[in-house]
Amino acid sequence: MTVVIDRTRAGQKKAGPASAAEKARRRGDPGGGLYKPRTPIYPKQVRGPWRNLKWALMIATLAIYYITPWIRWDRPGGLPDQAILVDFAGRRFYLFDLQFWPQEVYFITGLLVMAALALFLASALFGRLWCGYACPQTIWTDLFIQVERLFEGDRNARMRRDASSWSLDKAWRKAGKHLVWLGIAFGTGGAWIFYFHDAPTVLVQFWTGQAPATAYVFCALLTFTTYVFAGTLREQVCTYMCPWPRIQGALIDQDSLQVTYRIDRGEPRGPHKKGASWEGRGGCIDCDQCVVVCPMGIDIRDGAQLECINCGLCADACDEMMDRIDRPRGLIGYDTDKAVAAREAGQAAVYRLVRPRTLFYAAALVLVSGLMLWGLTHRQAFDVHVLRDRNPIAVRLADGSVRNGYTLKIANRSFADADARIRFDGPAGALLKTPAAPVATDGVSARIEANTVRAVRVFVTLPEQAGAGTSLPVAFTVTLPEGAMTVKSTFITDPGARP
Amino acid sequence: MSAPETEKDSGPVPTTGHEWDGIRELDNPLPRWWLWIFYASVVYAIGYWILMPAWPGLTGYTRGVLGKSDRAAVVEQLSELKTLRGQQNARLTQASLQEIESDPTLQAHALAVGQSVFGDNCATCHGVGGTGSKGYANLRDDVWLWGGTLEDIHRTLQYGIRSGHPQARVSQMPAYGKDQILTAAQVADLTEYVVALSGRPANAAAVQRAAPVYAANCVACHGPEGRGDPLQGAPNLTDKEWLYGSGRQDIKAQIHAGRGGVMPAWSGRLDPETVKALAVYVHANAAGQ
Ligand code: SF4
Ligand code: SF4
Repeated sequence: MTVVIDRTRAGQKKAGPASAAEKARRRGDPGGGLYKPRTPIYPKQVRGPWRNLKWALMIATLAIYYITPWIRWDRPGGLPDQAILVDFAGRRFYLFDLQFWPQEVYFITGLLVMAALALFLASALFGRLWCGYACPQTIWTDLFIQVERLFEGDRNARMRRDASSWSLDKAWRKAGKHLVWLGIAFGTGGAWIFYFHDAPTVLVQFWTGQAPATAYVFCALLTFTTYVFAGTLREQVCTYMCPWPRIQGALIDQDSLQVTYRIDRGEPRGPHKKGASWEGRGGCIDCDQCVVVCPMGIDIRDGAQLECINCGLCADACDEMMDRIDRPRGLIGYDTDKAVAAREAGQAAVYRLVRPRTLFYAAALVLVSGLMLWGLTHRQAFDVHVLRDRNPIAVRLADGSVRNGYTLKIANRSFADADARIRFDGPAGALLKTPAAPVATDGVSARIEANTVRAVRVFVTLPEQAGAGTSLPVAFTVTLPEGAMTVKSTFITDPGARP
Repeated sequence: MSAPETEKDSGPVPTTGHEWDGIRELDNPLPRWWLWIFYASVVYAIGYWILMPAWPGLTGYTRGVLGKSDRAAVVEQLSELKTLRGQQNARLTQASLQEIESDPTLQAHALAVGQSVFGDNCATCHGVGGTGSKGYANLRDDVWLWGGTLEDIHRTLQYGIRSGHPQARVSQMPAYGKDQILTAAQVADLTEYVVALSGRPANAAAVQRAAPVYAANCVACHGPEGRGDPLQGAPNLTDKEWLYGSGRQDIKAQIHAGRGGVMPAWSGRLDPETVKALAVYVHANAAGQ
């Protein structure tokens, strides 16, 4: 069923504070300009449950970001004791008791797939939860706006000051704001590098000029992007740069809960005199509070829009207003398009959180999570690969016997040294040889140090094979502390004629 | 024919006043960001001319305030590399060949050095895999004209074979046919004899005829049973390894003309530690002694 919501309103739009986007649209720009000029947005301070939730989430996420690299974790040997560390130089990713190697990058892929599916599911259920509450762009912009308020005051004071000519007061407030912004941005960029180097060490190195060049480069890069993205670009990042608003349209349907202006309750809107009757009119008193608090500079009453990050601040602003005029709250709140349409048509609203789309996303999420869990629990600390020599593929010895060379790559992902016993499974009479060790018939040994890959060269000599094909199926069995592993290979019995 | 352009098509944008066949050139301003990047590039270029070598002159070029020179940088990097290598190679220099082979880290280092040096210098003749070809010895098997122990290989590498170095390994197979030491018939008989030595069916009468010729001319080097002598670099004629080919024609040609290959003395061209690493590498990959 398709719900058509008609938001065209009869009557003229009244003059007065309109959304920033609306203003820009009205002003238009004649030909010649290639870019739409940005209309400054002055979001007003707001109080309420959604705002409180956003504060709490901001504190929590920032705390996670800044504290994580400082968590210590005991690991044996000379391995780093940082709980979470992306060690590019050593090509390791440490995650508490886990240690990932570059060849296990599929775990990262799996994690990204899980994150994407979780995002899909959350969007289908509750709209842009990520954008409104958790995206770094939102969090840091929120923080920067709060700093702006501390220095320059709330919406009206800021608008007045920006319109006024330069004065000492204006200058120091602007300078102070930018200075604090830069400080926060530097803190953000600085914390980033702790994830890639031992945090206490690199902190000291950073200030003594000993840190690797990449640390300075990335610190500078993230300082710059934080400062620009959260300070000046703000909503433009979401509207123009981020792909998510484009994708979300495909994930959200008419059963998704989103921050919604309930037109069934609000329209027809209009100013309301104290004591006047509420009969025959809607609950929206056109106070524009929802517009002035919006960090994206839009009017939620125009319906779901690409720009709306679902932050819920307009709902808080509206509720505050409703409290003041003693009307029920919830003119703006989480609702679905279908429910709004149903109520408008005089029917009971039906909410369907369980629907094929959400079931599918949930099932996919469970499946991928299960696969990841299976992969993690069945992860082996050892890994054996056999590479046959290609040049020469085989060598004939003076007595007619044939020798093949192999390189066994034995990876030891554990934290302890291990002894590997390498046995050759093939025709009888095989002689095994590694460089430096005498010839053996029963197998060769190699020590695989903790946390390394060792390439063990093994030469196998077989007596001249009567009537055998040119390629024999053989195998190497490597016995490790974890158990034996057999890897198949081939033995070439005919080196071909020498010229 | 399309209609001539009108005000409606170009809008309020001014034109440059140029007109071709009724098409007028619009005078749109350049994008601001583009202009700024252009100006910044101009400033950058001027700064670059001042700081870096830039303008060619008749006899030289402007050197720039920073005095940067790529050549000097390369020289410096090379000398840095040398000191860096020096530390690693000092261990190779001090250790004996056996010590290198029995110490896993040192051996790994020698094998790595050896592999790259082999590719640069030896692969031309012996092949990347070291299996050689006709006239160039196979270094992967267990047949060694001059001995396949670590020391033997090291010595061959240092001084070469018929290289002109005073300590080079030298052997000379006479050109029996070419120098008319033996008659053509004798050479043909000897060929049969050598084929018989290697355990292949041969003309019995020819073998019988050749026996005294072999005893008189060949035994000194190849031995009465044809097993050769690594001390003299005389090949074993009873095995399946033939440097110049195993066919009757090949053997006959070798008796007739007595070819001998040349291997350079590497001690003059490579550092002693590099030659050591090369010896360890070749020995480790050979099925040798
Ligand atoms: S639109 Fe993009 S940048 Fe903006 S809040 Fe959402 S995910 Fe973050
Ligand atoms: S319209 Fe409301 S929910 Fe959407 S971004 Fe603006 S304040 Fe946030």
